[in-house]
This record gives sequence, structure tokens and C-alpha cells, in this order.
Amino acid sequence: MATDAPAAPSEKEGAAPATDQDAILREERRRERRSRWYRRDVRWSPYALIAPFFVFFLAFGLFPLLYTGWASLHRVELTAPTDMEWVGLRNFSRLLSDDFFWNALRNTLTIGVISTVPQLLMALAIAHMLNYRLRGSMFFRVAVLTPYATSVAAATLVFVLLFGRDYGMINWALNMVGIDPVDWQNGTWTSQFAVSTIVIWRWTGYNALIYLAAMQSIPDDLYESAALDGASRWQQFLHVTVPSLRPTILFTVVVSTIGATQLFGEPLLFNGSAGANGGSDHQFQTLGLYLYEQGWVNLHLGRASAIAWTMFLILLLIGAVNWLVSRRLRKSS
Amino acid sequence: MRTRTRSSRRAVVLMAVAALAAGALSGCSKDSEEPSDGATSASSSGGGGSDKGKTTLTMGLFGAFGYQEAGLYDEYMALNPNIVIKQTTIERNENYYPPLLTHLGTGSGLADIQGVEISNINEVTNTQADKLMDLGKAPGVEKDSFLPWKWGQATNAAGKTIGLGTDIGPQGICYRKDLFAKAGLPTDREAVGKLWAGDWQKYLEVGKRFQAKAPSGVSFVDAAGGVLNAILGGSPDRFYDKNGKIIYKTNPGVRAAWDTAAGFAEAKLSARLQQFTPSWDQGYANSKFATVACPPWMLGYIQDKAGAAGKGKWDVAATPKPSNWGGAFLTVPEAGKNKDEAAKLAAWLTAPEQQATLFTKRASFPSSQAAYALPAVGEAKHEYFDNAPIGQIFVKAAKDMPIQTLGPKDLIIQQNLSDVGMLQVDQKGTSSKDGWNAAVKAIDNALDQ
Repeated sequence: MATDAPAAPSEKEGAAPATDQDAILREERRRERRSRWYRRDVRWSPYALIAPFFVFFLAFGLFPLLYTGWASLHRVELTAPTDMEWVGLRNFSRLLSDDFFWNALRNTLTIGVISTVPQLLMALAIAHMLNYRLRGSMFFRVAVLTPYATSVAAATLVFVLLFGRDYGMINWALNMVGIDPVDWQNGTWTSQFAVSTIVIWRWTGYNALIYLAAMQSIPDDLYESAALDGASRWQQFLHVTVPSLRPTILFTVVVSTIGATQLFGEPLLFNGSAGANGGSDHQFQTLGLYLYEQGWVNLHLGRASAIAWTMFLILLLIGAVNWLVSRRLRKSS
Repeated sequence: MRTRTRSSRRAVVLMAVAALAAGALSGCSKDSEEPSDGATSASSSGGGGSDKGKTTLTMGLFGAFGYQEAGLYDEYMALNPNIVIKQTTIERNENYYPPLLTHLGTGSGLADIQGVEISNINEVTNTQADKLMDLGKAPGVEKDSFLPWKWGQATNAAGKTIGLGTDIGPQGICYRKDLFAKAGLPTDREAVGKLWAGDWQKYLEVGKRFQAKAPSGVSFVDAAGGVLNAILGGSPDRFYDKNGKIIYKTNPGVRAAWDTAAGFAEAKLSARLQQFTPSWDQGYANSKFATVACPPWMLGYIQDKAGAAGKGKWDVAATPKPSNWGGAFLTVPEAGKNKDEAAKLAAWLTAPEQQATLFTKRASFPSSQAAYALPAVGEAKHEYFDNAPIGQIFVKAAKDMPIQTLGPKDLIIQQNLSDVGMLQVDQKGTSSKDGWNAAVKAIDNALDQ
């Protein structure tokens, strides 16, 4: 709007006081209006700007969450998704006696532990090494991140070949050192180990870079004074680096735990074409896979929704534990 | 300064609003120009020319139906200049079927013609019939040209036929002649078929004879689960009785099929591979096994995986009993905008001549028995399989196929029997009894709503 110039009072012959009064009044009203518009603008424009996010969040985040909760209280099949029969908490209570659910929960837990723990330890070690001045450090930093850039599907399909029973490269290597071939897919521990290696391979570099970033913000004088006191590099790592990284480590633990709880693509594709059962004995079926099997293979939307909400509650629990731990840590330091 | 930030902020808001509005408007205009009166839009001008006044028919399919590759769409569009055919296809049925159900439920997002896999056809016929057209009465559809059992699979109790059969999968036994010779068995396809004719138990006995003299590292079959599927694929009654009650647990036929298949694992006649996994493919390339039950659509797969080295070594014999694996149907949703045109197209695509073309070009075996009389089908030979008369072999299997009682959850029951129960017996060495119990437990859990 380019009409910012104040409305010129009419300069006709001898402006009557009445018209003058009028002009002033009009001007005042105009100012009033503009400042009201301005106030409204300041007040509401930010909402308009963030509205797209909230619209999408409502449509694709909150609504599905609530609707899943609603569906979990019903018996509803994908063959007739509008046909819902109220069953209360039955879908949840039956999970308590559902062997397949407990098996999936146990698998999720064990795969989570054997993938998260070594992954974070290795990430810490890699970050520590990258933190020293070394030639081509940029190259190594990019190199550790490349697995993360690979798609889950591509990585998993390659790992399936590596872990093949008859012609897999790992069994071939084991054979070279005189160890009998291992049937990776069929054993409980072997299959879970194989799935974990895919997760570890993919996420170690990502965590290493996070640790590296945190390490670089540790002041040098800490190391210098430690060195003056005669601390070895290992001692420096233990007594300077690790304590300074504590909040970062906690963050990666939480993020990795959430990732492990939702583990889906790797175990699904590790099973070849056989679908979502996670092996003939369900030996590597995770909660995510069991949810998928109930909803999209067996077509029981109500049961699948109950599993989804249970997973959500488990994640909330993890969040609460993390909050308590981090508060304890902050107090102690 | 103040005014500047204010006006620039306002400009941003205006731009955002304008952008949103433009997006919404263009969204609308795209929707409205899509159908019949067809202004040429980028998406609907498949052939590049102007589509003025043309009707666009969409095909929603899974896997490889092969219509496009066989040139059938082009042929139909040439015959019907007012029709444009577009196809979307999803590779795997397990990713295709659940969305199809939700789309049928909401009556939106549907293509004019939707494919349905044989293992889902009973569920669709029983639960979605009111949302699909009765194609039995559509113009150009001739009931008698289809195999009766194929026609029956898509017809509900009220006599409404919601799907037209495309291909079927009558099976043969693909076998390695060179390995049979080394094990001292006959190699001629007639003689091989006679070895086990009439009874799958005889197939097991031949397997034992083979294994006794087989070259080391070679097994008689690829997987016990494959044998189980082949036997069940030819059983007239399986998991459901005529009234739709689930009887797989007590049906002696299912149990006998289970015991025979488990026999292959127990007698160590199986290469312990899981079908359609990378190691199964490697098994072909490395001659790990001598026989596999094979529907026509698998011949090309074997040829790909076994490669040039296997040419002339593979051959096809008849199965002990006729058996079917796979096949599909075309359905026309009621919610479609061009139902009548879609029904005409579906009828044309499943007519004998087109099914014969599809067989010649894509090895999809016709479900139209009228097509069997055509030389392109009845006299077909397969060069890779030592010129086996596959037309003759598969036509016989198709015609002798018993009418099967299907049920809505056949897929889940069969999958759990082979991928949970039989796989444990085959690959983990679980006892036949424990494997069966594990399968039953998994099935009961899967079927419980």
C-alpha cells in the first residue's frame, strides 16, 4: 500500500473549522484502524507462518495417533475398515497372554541391546580417533557417514547374501579358518546377531559424527592440564572426554533406543520373500514386524492398533526413564 | 525500519497465502480436467497426442500381468480410438492387496480395473461383492470359454461373478535330465512322468532312489515347503469345508500332504532352500537340486537363474496329480467412473485370443479353455527345456484340475504351513509333529480377530 502520505487537509478557500475537525477525526480513525491492523498482524501472522506445519502434523501425526487409539478399542478388519465393533481393552489384555507378542518384545529387546551397545562404544572409539589431527580427516569423516546414506533395503539385501548359508561370504571366511558353516537365518542368536550387524554397520558412523562434534567443543586446556599432570591418552579419554560427553551420550542412547524399538526394515528384508513372520520360528520377529503382520498380512486392524499403542507407551516409558536419569546426572555434576 | 520490516513481513504472508491458494487452485483444476471432456494434461496424454474426447481407463495391477509388454493395450487402443489405457502396477501383492481393500472400503482411489490374486479371490468374492460389478453379465463375456473351476472361484453364492480369470498356474515337475541320468533314472519326460504318476508318495519313493546314487551335494527337491504347496495346490478340499468352516486341522487330506512333504525333509531329499530367496536362485546356478514343481510362469524364472549352462539339461514332466499354483482375476469396482467401458476392456483382455497372445509372449497360461484349441497354446514348445511340449503338458494339467474349495484365509493358512511349520522341519530339523503344532499355533493366532 503506497498511500502512506497523510491525507492533505483541503486547502480550498478558508478551510472551515468544522471540516478541519472532520479531517483530524478521519485521520485519527485511520490511524486507529491501521494500528489495530498492525497489532493483529503482529499477533496472528506468526500463526499463519507456522500453520502449514501444524496442518500437516494434525493430518499425518495427531489424527492417525488418536484414530489408532480409537481403533485399538475395537474389533476391526481391513476387509471392512468402517465396520467397528467395540471391545474395550480386550485387544490390549489379550497381548498379555499372546506368546508371539512377548516373543517379539523379547527379540526387540535383545536385538536392541546387541546392536545399540557395541554401536555406541565403537562410535565413541571412532570419534576419539577422528578427533586427533590426522591426514585426510575430512575423508574419514565422510567415509564413516556413507553407510548411513545407504538405503536400508539395499544394505539389508547385501547382508542377506553375506550371511547366506550355502554361498555366503561370511561362512566362506569361517570355513577358511576351519569353522563349520553357520545357518545364520535359522538360529535364534545367529539371526539376531546378523540383523544387529546391519544396524551397527548403518548407524555407527552417524553416532561417531555426533560424538565428534561434541568432542570438538571440549576446551583444549582441559587436555593440556591433564597432560601436564601426566595423564596418558587413555586416561585423558576416560577422565576428560567421557565426562564432558555425558549429555551427548545420553542423547544418542535415547535416540538409538527409540530406533531399536521401531526396528522393522532390516528384519523384514532379512527374511527373504517369506514376509513378516521373522523366520520360521519367529526368531527375529520384532514388535514392528509383529504389528505389520497383524495389520497388513492378517488384516486385523484393531489388534495391530493395540500393538502400535503399546509400542508408543513403551517409548514414553523410555522417555521418562531418560528424563529421570538426566536429571540425576545434572544434579550430581 | 519499522515499516520496512512490517511490509516485508506482510509480503511474505501474502506470498505464502498466494502460494497456498495457487496450489489449491491448481489441485482443483487438475482434478476437474482429468475425466471425460479431457483437456490435454501432462499426465493423461500418454501417447503425446491430443486426448480430446477420449475416455481414460486405468488398470491397477500387481506383479507382472504383462498386458503392456505383450502390446495388448496398444492393440485395444487401435481398435477403440476413443479409449486411452493407463496402468499402474505394484510389484508385490502383499503391498497391493491391503490398500485395495481400504480403497474399496472408501470407494476412492480405485482404478477402473483392479487385479486380484487367486489367494485373495475368495475373500474379495465373499466380502467385497457389493462393491464390484457383476462381470458375468457384462457384454462380450462368455462363461463357457473359461475353465469351470476358474469361473467358480470368482462367483459368490448368489451367482454374482465379480472377477474374470486371467492366467492360471497348472504345474509340471521341472527336472534335470543330466542328474537323473547320473542317478540311474530314466530321462525321457514320458518315462519320468510315469515314475510317479498318480501319487505324490511315489514322488517321494523316486526321490529316495535318486538320492541313493545322486552326485554329492545334489538334492532331489529344492524345499519340502515347495512340495507341500504343490500337493495342496491339487487337493480338492483343503482348509475349508463347503459351508465355509475351517477344517484344515482335522482334514486328513491336509495331514497326508503334510506327512508326505515332511518325508522329504526327514529322508534328507531336500536342499533346504526357501523359494524365491537369493540362496534359492544360487541353488539353480549351482545345480543344488534336481526337481522342482513348476507352473508355466516359473519356466522363465528357471531359465534366468540357471542360465545358459542349464539349457537342454532341464525338462518338464507331468506332476503325480494335477495341481495349480497362482493366477489372477480382473475386477471392475462399482465406484469407477467408466464402469461399462472398463467391463468391455476386461472382457477383451480375458478373451481366448488375448490370453493366447499373453501365453506366447509372456508365458502366462490361459484360464480360457477355448484358448487351448489354438495352436499357439496347445502346440507350444519350450526351447530351453529341450523343446518340451509345454502346451500339451499344462493343458492336460489344467483340464484335470479338480474343483477346489477355497476360503477367505487360504493364503494365511498355506503360508504358515509352509513358511513356519514345514520350514522348521526342513531347515531346523524340527520333528514333523512339532513343526505341525508350531504351524497350527501361528495359524490360530493369525486367524483370531
